[in-house]
Amino acid sequence: MSIFVNNDTKVVVQGATGHQGVFHIGEMLNFGTKVVAGVTPGKAGQNVHSVPIFNDVKDAVTKTKANTSLILVPAKFAKDAVFEALDAGVKTVVVITENIPFHDAMEFVHYAKYKNAVLIGPNCPGIASPGQSKVGILPGEIFLKGNVGVASRSGTLTYEIVNSLSEKGMGQSTCIGLGGDPITGTSFIDSLDAFEKDKDTKAVVLVGEIGGTAEEEAAEHITEYISKPVFAFIAGRTAPSGKRMGHAGAIIARGKGTAESKIKTFKKANVQVAEFPTDIADLIEESV
Amino acid sequence: MKLFEYRGKELFGKYDIAVPNGRLVKNKNDFSDLHFPFVLKAQVPIGGRGKAGGIKSAENLKDAKEKFSQIMGMDIKGFTVGKVLAEEKVKIKKELYLSITLDRSKKMPLIMASREGGMDIESVSDNKIFKEHVNPLIGVQSFHIRGIVSKLKLEKEEGKEVGKVISKIYKMFREYDCELVEINPLIITKKGHAMALDSKVNINDDALYRHPDIVSENIELTPLEKEAKEKGIAFIQLEGNIGVIANGAGLTMATLDALTHFEGNAGVFLDLGGTDDPEKVKQAFGLMKKAKPKVIFLNLFGGITKCDTVAKGVKAVITQEGIECPVITRIKGCNEDIAKDILKDAGLITASTLQDAAQKSSEMAGGK
Repeated sequence: MSIFVNNDTKVVVQGATGHQGVFHIGEMLNFGTKVVAGVTPGKAGQNVHSVPIFNDVKDAVTKTKANTSLILVPAKFAKDAVFEALDAGVKTVVVITENIPFHDAMEFVHYAKYKNAVLIGPNCPGIASPGQSKVGILPGEIFLKGNVGVASRSGTLTYEIVNSLSEKGMGQSTCIGLGGDPITGTSFIDSLDAFEKDKDTKAVVLVGEIGGTAEEEAAEHITEYISKPVFAFIAGRTAPSGKRMGHAGAIIARGKGTAESKIKTFKKANVQVAEFPTDIADLIEESV
Repeated sequence: MKLFEYRGKELFGKYDIAVPNGRLVKNKNDFSDLHFPFVLKAQVPIGGRGKAGGIKSAENLKDAKEKFSQIMGMDIKGFTVGKVLAEEKVKIKKELYLSITLDRSKKMPLIMASREGGMDIESVSDNKIFKEHVNPLIGVQSFHIRGIVSKLKLEKEEGKEVGKVISKIYKMFREYDCELVEINPLIITKKGHAMALDSKVNINDDALYRHPDIVSENIELTPLEKEAKEKGIAFIQLEGNIGVIANGAGLTMATLDALTHFEGNAGVFLDLGGTDDPEKVKQAFGLMKKAKPKVIFLNLFGGITKCDTVAKGVKAVITQEGIECPVITRIKGCNEDIAKDILKDAGLITASTLQDAAQKSSEMAGGK
C-alpha cells in the first residue's frame, strides 16, 4: 500500500514532448511508473520512449485509461492544462510547474475539489511510492521501499531527508511533495489522514517551512486524529519577516508564519522536531 | 510586488474608487494647481511612515516648501524618500478599514473590514474586524457585502457607498492578480461619500506578465536584489557576513538555520534552484561577490542535477573569475565523490556534513 499513487496509477504527461517531458518520462519509466500517454497539442501520433502522444487529454484518457496527470507545461498554460485534465475525468493531478499566478491556482484547486479529484502542487517535485510508482521529477535513486511516509513543502530538502532515511535502511511508503506556493491542493492534513489509513505507513515525516499556518493546522489535527508517530523539520528559523525566502509561499507576513510558532505547536502535539534535516532519521531510529 | 501609494491610487481610479485630489510634487516650487490645506506624503513601501515624520500637512506655500524639503530624501526604515505625494485635505466623518487579501488556509480571497480605520490593523482586536471569505468560483455576491456592511453599523447611504467599494476592490483584486488591496482608512466624507485616503496594493510577481500597464519598480528590493531578479536568481540580502549558495529554497533556508546554530550569520540567501547551467552558476557567483561576504558556504544536494555537473560549473567559475574569500562546500547526493574531488581541485574547502560545514563557515566568518 501507499498513498495517492500505486501500481494502479496510469499516468498521462501534459507537456510531454519538451526537454523536461522527454527526460522525466524516461526517469519515471525507469522507476516502474506506468506512463501510458503524453499530451502535446498538435503532436498526436508521435512517441516519447514508446509512450504514445495525443493532442488532448480526453483522447488520451479514452484510449489509454489514464487516471493521473502530470502537468509539466509552462506557467502561462498551467491553469488551462489542469482544467483540461479534470474535465477529462482524471482523478489525480500533479502540478510540477512553478511560478503559476496564485489566482490561477486558487481557481483550479477549488475546481479539483468540485470534481472530487486529488490535486498535488503546484510548484512541487511530485510524489513517489517506492516499488510502485513515481509521478514527478523526484530523483528515483534516493528512494527505498519501506514504512515511513513523507510529506513536504520543499524539494531538494526532502531529497536530502529521504536520502538520509534510505542510507539508514528506513524505506518510504510514499513521499509527497506538497509544493512551495501559497496556494496548494493537497495539504499536510490530507497527507496525514491518508498515511493514518495506510497500513504500510508506520511513521510520518513532515517537512515544513515558514509562511502560512499549514503546520499549525497539521499539529492540531495530529492531536485529535493521528495515532502514528509524527516527526518534523521546519526550515527558515532565521528568516527575517517580510522577505520571500525563495518559495513564493515562504514568507512571514504580518507576524504570521514564523518557524517558532510552527515548532511550538508541533511540540505541543508530541511531534518531535529535528534540529538538522538529517537528524530526522536518528529521531525515528530512537523512538520507533 | 508592492506598489507605491500613488500607483495604487491610480489603479483605484480605473475602478472608479474616489481618492483625494492630488498628485506627485517634483520640487518645492511645484504646488501651483494644488489647493491649501494639503498633506505631503512620503512614498515608501513600508508602514509607519506617519510616525517617522513622512506625512505632514501644509497650510500655505511657505509651509509647503519647508515640509517638502523635510520629507524629500529622508530615510524611513532604510528607504530613502524619492517621491512625495500632495493631497488636498478632505473633511472626514468616519474612518473605516477595508482590505482584501488571500487566506492561505481556506485558499480563498478574504474581505476584512473594521470601524477602527486609520490604525495599524494588527493593533485592532480580532472581534472588531469583520471577515467574509469569497469562493473564487462564485466571486463576490451581495450576501458577502451585506454580511460585512451590516456589521459596520453605517447609515443606509454610507453602507451603500462602502458596498460599492467592496465590489470594486474585489474586481480589482482578481483582475490585477493582487495579493493585497488595503484601504486604511476608507473614509466617509462630510458629504457622505466613501473615499480611499491611502492605498496598499501588492501584485503577485508571477502574474506581472499579464499586466503590462503595471510599472515593474520593485521598490522594496535592494539594488543587488533587483539585479538578481532580472537574471531570474532567488537572491536575498540579509544582515550577516556569510554568503549562502544552495540548491532549492528549503535547503537554502535550512543552511541559514544551521549557520545560526553555530552562531554564524548569513548575509546572502542564494537559491540556485534546479540548475546546473554553467552560465547561471557564473551569474550566481558574480552576484555573490558583489555582496562581499566574508565566507561563502556552498551547500548542494544532487538529485536529478548530478553533483559533479554542478561542481564542474563551480570550478569553471572559480578558476576563470577568481574569488577573494574562502569557499566552504558541502555536497551530497548523486556522484558526490567525483564532485568533492573536483571542488578540492579548485582549491575549495570541503566538509562532509551540513553541521561540519556550518561550523567551519561560522568560525571563519568570526561569529556574530
